[in-house]
Amino acid sequence: MKLTGAQLLIQILLEQGVDTVFGYPGGAVLSIYDELYKSSDKIRHIITCHEQAAAHAADGYARSTGRTGVVIATSGPGATNLVTGLATAYLDSVPVVAITGNVACPLIGRDSFQEVDTCGVTLPITKHNYIVKDVRRLPDVLREAFRIAAEGRPGPVLVDIPKDLQTAAVEFTPAVESPKKAIVKQPDSDTLAEAAKLIKNSKKPFIYFGGGVITANASAELAAFAEKIGAPMGSSMMGLSAVPNDHPLFLGMTGMHGRFAASKTMACSDLLVAVGVRFSDRATGNKAEFSRNRKVLHIDIDPAEIGKNIPAYIALVGDIKQTLTLLLEEDISHSVTAWHNEVEEIKNMPDSRLGMDMSRLNPQMLLEAVRERTNDDTVVATDVGQHQMWTAQYYSFSKPRTFITSGGLGTMGFGMGSAIGSCIGTGRRTVLVTSDGSFHMNMNELATAVSYNLPLVIMLLDNNALGMVRQWQTMFFENRYSQTTLNRKTDYVKLAEAFGAKALRLTDKKDLSKVLDEAFAQKGPVLVHALIDSDEKVLPMIPPGGTINDIVTKG
Amino acid sequence: MENERFLLSMLVNNEAGVLIRISGLFARRGFNIASLSVGETENPEISRMTIVGTGDEYFRDQVVRQLEKLQDVRIVELMDMNDTVTRELFLIKVNAADQTSRSQILEAVNIFRAKVIDLTPVSLTIEITGESGKLGAFIEYLKPYGISELCRTGVTAIGRGNNILGKPKNKEEK
Repeated sequence: MKLTGAQLLIQILLEQGVDTVFGYPGGAVLSIYDELYKSSDKIRHIITCHEQAAAHAADGYARSTGRTGVVIATSGPGATNLVTGLATAYLDSVPVVAITGNVACPLIGRDSFQEVDTCGVTLPITKHNYIVKDVRRLPDVLREAFRIAAEGRPGPVLVDIPKDLQTAAVEFTPAVESPKKAIVKQPDSDTLAEAAKLIKNSKKPFIYFGGGVITANASAELAAFAEKIGAPMGSSMMGLSAVPNDHPLFLGMTGMHGRFAASKTMACSDLLVAVGVRFSDRATGNKAEFSRNRKVLHIDIDPAEIGKNIPAYIALVGDIKQTLTLLLEEDISHSVTAWHNEVEEIKNMPDSRLGMDMSRLNPQMLLEAVRERTNDDTVVATDVGQHQMWTAQYYSFSKPRTFITSGGLGTMGFGMGSAIGSCIGTGRRTVLVTSDGSFHMNMNELATAVSYNLPLVIMLLDNNALGMVRQWQTMFFENRYSQTTLNRKTDYVKLAEAFGAKALRLTDKKDLSKVLDEAFAQKGPVLVHALIDSDEKVLPMIPPGGTINDIVTKG
Repeated sequence: MENERFLLSMLVNNEAGVLIRISGLFARRGFNIASLSVGETENPEISRMTIVGTGDEYFRDQVVRQLEKLQDVRIVELMDMNDTVTRELFLIKVNAADQTSRSQILEAVNIFRAKVIDLTPVSLTIEITGESGKLGAFIEYLKPYGISELCRTGVTAIGRGNNILGKPKNKEEK
């Protein structure tokens, strides 16, 4: 059957099981939008206010559902507005397929209207990208794009389709198998046996896990593995929600703003079983000290991560779920009573207690009150900064894919888009924890949330400052608050109401229950403007490049 | 860890943009390229690329692993320098206005098994192939006469004997 490029794109989207796309129309994607119009019964299109949020929404959709997110944008500014969203997804290994239009082939390279070298711009922030110049190649390229985005270590893939290809007719044959790059090998039995021996001989094993566990849907296997070897666990920020926070072996997040007990126990271990982590500098601190006196068993699907930041004593490269299943079959269980006693001692140290000044409204109180009103499936998205770390520290997660946050890139403004994506993807309530700084970056997306009447609760923690930068200025720059005291005059309640959302203000802790009850009773978008102290800090903190011995626990 | 010269042989898809993906990866990750040569193979869909760089063991491992992740890269191999034939081709334009210079240069051309490919009353253009040691020595010899142009193709390399890029190695010796 003969189809145009645009019709063919719709067919492939359907073939790939896509029922929702995010995007923004424009001159170079008119034909695609015409076909979306005709197929609106099969594919739902969510329009945001800005392409950046569409990219974040596709990302949030993917993180909350595990399915590949799709975003469509026009050429030139449409495509460049995707850049931050693609880079965010790239750094956190999220499967996203971006479709961009470009000027017609004969106009490419002539600085035509809204022309930009989209592939050139997105090359370092995509897993792979294409510009298609022959419509006959389009079906294979699109199928390949979906495969690459989801397979192995996932990531964003961009397909740039010049305008004339969208109207060119081509013979379309439904799904045929596209050519495959060699699949990642599973760890061989010898290496598995060596790894098992290493675990068995360890007196103080510690499991440090990351986002790879969530991507691989390996939560159950990880918990079973920890229980079998009796190892305490800590996670990177991206790993949070992979195991329930109340799991008896889970000590919390490690790293710069991790829990003292988790970081201290990790520092006392003799074997670090690292599962689905890439040892970011925010997670390791001083790299030389990090790997001193302990062996690292690194389990990851991406061979390039082995030894990239921290040398591995043994590496198991492969799918995490499968690898842990294979390890569970090995002889790895042993007694670690002495180690458990030591861990108990660490847990009882005064520094292990986490808490804020409860005499005033504070983030801990807010997050605990939010948790009382959510269920285990509620997704919590964040922006970037202090509120993000407080959420990581004080919100108790129970199920994987319920924490959506920009880890690698640290994108302020990620929250609104990603929370919209999560509302759409899960069809359930999403809570966005944000702040005055981050919210101002993409608050225009309130309009999107209102248009679709999304079940979104926005907790805006307003400290009248760029809190995280301010904290660094307090600690490392002698209180010189350069450009971090915002003093905005924004009335968030009026603002939200102007967009058509419900809004509530919370200034006193005595109103906490009443205000949150009202917020969580809403069906549509609601914003809670909560005032907190400018000097509230994220603690504990291991200063950059430091170790557990440098930890700061008191403000 | 010591910085050593290393040589990578690669088979890549012969498509637009592949070169920038590879050179971009080197630039982004702070890897240095000393020489790069590329050309279509007997299969027009595939190009072969030879890259010379310097780096320690960590760097060499990372280069290979990061390159292997690129969709357009089919095979990457860190070549064993002792089991690889390497060649580079130079075109050199050298001043040879007087008879003495000219005959001395021609003598060197013979000894180095180079070839004169163009001639004017005041210059000679010489083609020479070989591995880098020999080519370096030849350039040093010519320098005093005055080199007005030097073109290098970059190093290209092929495994010795039955070593074929992308095929499992037969380690057994008869």
